[in-house]
Amino acid sequence: MSLPPAFAEWFARQGWSPHPHQLALLDTAGDSLLIAPTGGGKTLAGFLPSLVELSGGWQGLHTLYVSPLKALTADIGRNLARPVADLGLPIRVEDRTGDTKSSARQRQRTDPPQILLTTPESLALMLSYPEAPRIFGNLRRVVLDELHALAESKRGDQLMLGLARLRSLSPGLIATGLSATVEDPAALADFMGGAAVIHADPGPDPDIAMLRTARPAPWSGGGGHYAVPDVLEAVRRANTTIIFINTRAQAELFFQAIWAANEDNLPIGLHHGSLSREARGRVEAAMAAGQLRAVVATGSLDLGIDWGNVDLVIQVGAPKNVKRLVQRIGRANHRYNAPSTARIVPANRFEVIECVAALEAVRAHDLDGEPRGPGPLDVLCQHILLTASAGPFDADVLFAEVRTAGPYAGLTRADFDDCLNFCATGGYALRAYDRWQRLVQRNGLWQLRDPRATRDLRMNIGTIVEAEMMKVRWKRGGGLLGAVEEAFAATLIPGDTFLTGGQTVRYEGLRELVIEVSPNPHKEPKIAVFSGLKLATSTELSHRVLALIGDPARWDALPPDTQGWLALQAEVSALPQPGTLLAETFPYMGRWHLAIYGFAGRNALQTLGLLLTRTMEEAGLGPLGFLSTDYALLVWSLDPVTDLAPLMDREGLRAGLGEWLAGNAVMKRTFRNVAIISGLIQRNMPGGRRTGKQATFSSDILYDTLRRYDPDHLLLRITAIEAGRGLVDFGRIEEMLDRSPRLDHRMLDRVSPLAAPLMLEMGRVRIEGQGRMRLAEAEAEAMMREAGLTLGEPGMADEAPVPVRTRKAR
Amino acid sequence: MTGDAQGTVGEDAQGAMTGFVFDWHGLTFEARCSGALWWPQGRWLIVADLHLGKSERMARRGGALLPPYDGLETLRRLGDEIAALDPALVVSLGDGFDDDAAAGALDADVAAALAALADGRDWLWVSGNHDPAHHGTALPGRRADEARLGGVTLRHVAEAGGPDISGHYHPVVPLAGARRRALLVGRDHLILPAFGSYTGGLSVHDPALLHLVEGGFAVACLHRALPIPLQPPRRRRAGPPLSFG
Repeated sequence: MSLPPAFAEWFARQGWSPHPHQLALLDTAGDSLLIAPTGGGKTLAGFLPSLVELSGGWQGLHTLYVSPLKALTADIGRNLARPVADLGLPIRVEDRTGDTKSSARQRQRTDPPQILLTTPESLALMLSYPEAPRIFGNLRRVVLDELHALAESKRGDQLMLGLARLRSLSPGLIATGLSATVEDPAALADFMGGAAVIHADPGPDPDIAMLRTARPAPWSGGGGHYAVPDVLEAVRRANTTIIFINTRAQAELFFQAIWAANEDNLPIGLHHGSLSREARGRVEAAMAAGQLRAVVATGSLDLGIDWGNVDLVIQVGAPKNVKRLVQRIGRANHRYNAPSTARIVPANRFEVIECVAALEAVRAHDLDGEPRGPGPLDVLCQHILLTASAGPFDADVLFAEVRTAGPYAGLTRADFDDCLNFCATGGYALRAYDRWQRLVQRNGLWQLRDPRATRDLRMNIGTIVEAEMMKVRWKRGGGLLGAVEEAFAATLIPGDTFLTGGQTVRYEGLRELVIEVSPNPHKEPKIAVFSGLKLATSTELSHRVLALIGDPARWDALPPDTQGWLALQAEVSALPQPGTLLAETFPYMGRWHLAIYGFAGRNALQTLGLLLTRTMEEAGLGPLGFLSTDYALLVWSLDPVTDLAPLMDREGLRAGLGEWLAGNAVMKRTFRNVAIISGLIQRNMPGGRRTGKQATFSSDILYDTLRRYDPDHLLLRITAIEAGRGLVDFGRIEEMLDRSPRLDHRMLDRVSPLAAPLMLEMGRVRIEGQGRMRLAEAEAEAMMREAGLTLGEPGMADEAPVPVRTRKAR
Repeated sequence: MTGDAQGTVGEDAQGAMTGFVFDWHGLTFEARCSGALWWPQGRWLIVADLHLGKSERMARRGGALLPPYDGLETLRRLGDEIAALDPALVVSLGDGFDDDAAAGALDADVAAALAALADGRDWLWVSGNHDPAHHGTALPGRRADEARLGGVTLRHVAEAGGPDISGHYHPVVPLAGARRRALLVGRDHLILPAFGSYTGGLSVHDPALLHLVEGGFAVACLHRALPIPLQPPRRRRAGPPLSFG
């Protein structure tokens, strides 16, 4: 297909000439994957073949566009309107997201537009309608935007199952993936089920460097507050800046700190996923209108509408991941062929090294990324139930269809049958009753026993499982401020202050599951904890950091104080290096400490901490607690670890994962996500969302119950697979052991230079159940004491419920 | 048992700490960390909201297919208490069954487990809102709308005035960053947590619950029974909330 004259003229009228990759996409006959940097006219490239084909008119839905963000669909709709109007194309473009009015949805089901813009979840919903074959029967093209982002989560797996379904409904349709720069385009093409990869000109290399700061980075911490004056100065010099910060809590704190120093009152906004939609919308609109000089943001702005006026990106805190850093840098300067400008601010000494290593990786175009595992079975379970919602299906046909989806190409029939069995009966070993039947087989076809179940299933579509959040609003009326995690909310008592939506507020009370607050700028706030998955430094970047530390010849790239610090470490202990796992045992403040420099990421090292302390407990070493960073694990105990090798035995650790960690809260959280996605637990019920406390409570109970009575259940198997990555990340422990055949365990008489910053880190974990119980006891006793309920006073009246002293309870 | 002293932490034969002993309306009780209430003098074991048959009811009504082991699990925990205490009477304070149909159609192994537990002792089923009329003929024990213990009424839902011992609300208290099932003790009302496995919880700070027991205390069910006051103190020891687990 070549560019018709009318289109060529339109380009010329805009003063544009089509990019080579836009024309290449037009020439491609089959599925393709376009890799292009931001600002490369990627989206127009994706739509150009559709617009050309549609210029002759089309009956029904021709092109389906899927994006990870609702906001993007609206933006794309606006952008398409111009060429459609200018060229007089006989096309309707509509979006279909969770925000679409039900009247519009109804009409789309009977009279679909030529181009429909949607999200993976809305696509799954549409595919669950009995009318799906009619809606999609004439579909020619599917455009998958920001595919690199979708492929990083289960949303991508769900989308690929949907694509497989679409291919069955409309054989011969052409899929086009659009992606930012990724480390392995071929793998992403496989994820699509196979596609020709087209590379756009990547444009000039970015102008990226460390931000010069007046003071050196502190020894520990993740806030980056020492650099606030320097960041403000950079903002002042730039036109518009995005300041990326890794976590929501840190973003809140940095926002406070920057405003405290913002003497010029530069308009600076805050944007993160726990702010209310209205608050985020206001910031986005102000950015689009060029009214903000800077916005402090988390990953919530990793994707989204292009703001052409952004000319500087500042990353505060270690980037953790080179690919993400490159993609964030691309958010600056969306003019094609102009270099993006970005500055990095390490939050502490260790991060200085990581930032230097990341800069080297960016300059070497060496991107990182964990290889994708096979398609998760919980997503498949949801897909099977939604398929049944659309109508009866044949198991053989569905199995064949699912295997055409890239992530499920290697799915075994046994796994498929297990999923089908789970959907049909719950898949329990004890097949107790005939009432445990959601799907039944009639005339060889599987279908819902009770068609009314479709409503519940459709209400629970999706694979994004956030921690249960509670909304926060002003007590004296006014809008929503945002949300905090339910677990954090449970720690609040009236009078506590905390930071949310960029403001310090006072907790007043709970009203109908909404947290009510009043303004209180004067007290030191608690920090809302978002205990979700903390992004761990990627494997590749960790290797680079380790290699840099271990090779003094390369230290020229590091600031002098960092060089001196590492030199001192080499003198009093040893440097961590590739091939060696360095560990140190030393006394400090009356406790023995064990530092293991694993460079395996915080989630894996946290898991290692849980496993090691358990073994130490059994060995009678009296472990008291541990903390993990991306680089190191620190354990403190009553007695020293003198022989580390047996504790690090791979089989022993693996056994611990099975037996002991299996009962841990980390695993329960993993299970909860699996249970929700697979449809065992329904988050949304007719008549309102279930309250978080019920869902959280029952998923733990269900996990314990299954472990006791049905240990081979499908959902436990899926949970164990998930434990290899994500929050448990056992795969990284194995990777660490694989690459470190030599254990170098040093006995020191004092804290080593490398260990010193660990002493100052936050996030200490009391080990195991006992620590938690002791904490609860102490808290209960303190509450009794402070309430004036002195335990042990005699002479209590029969009528009054006054507790008296507990006799030697411990 | 350390039944005689008031306000003590009880120990069972193995020396494991199990409960919190207190006096209330002239009666001495032990709040067990299982969530049950023990009246040692008459050897009564009182439990609320067993909700037997819950997973079956949900499946029957086209809801989620939860693991069908909740009945066995609930009775296993109740069995541990019965083995430890050997009660003369077990009182189920209402909602012993998730609905009347469930009471009439208990799974065979659950029914057998129940029969074994009831063997050699008296069993009283107080009716609740979920099981107002149940009585499967196969069930052991008797049924009643209310019962008396000294000057105290045993009923499913607390009534104005009291004094009564009841269940129904499934109370939980927030403690150290988690919600714990808890027994609530107020001047007029003593409210038990749900004993059943698949039961959610209502925070004691919910107005519907708090006004019944204001000024009293809660006994949280952990590895031991922990008493805590019900009106939050003005100030509390500062400290970062646990971010883990």
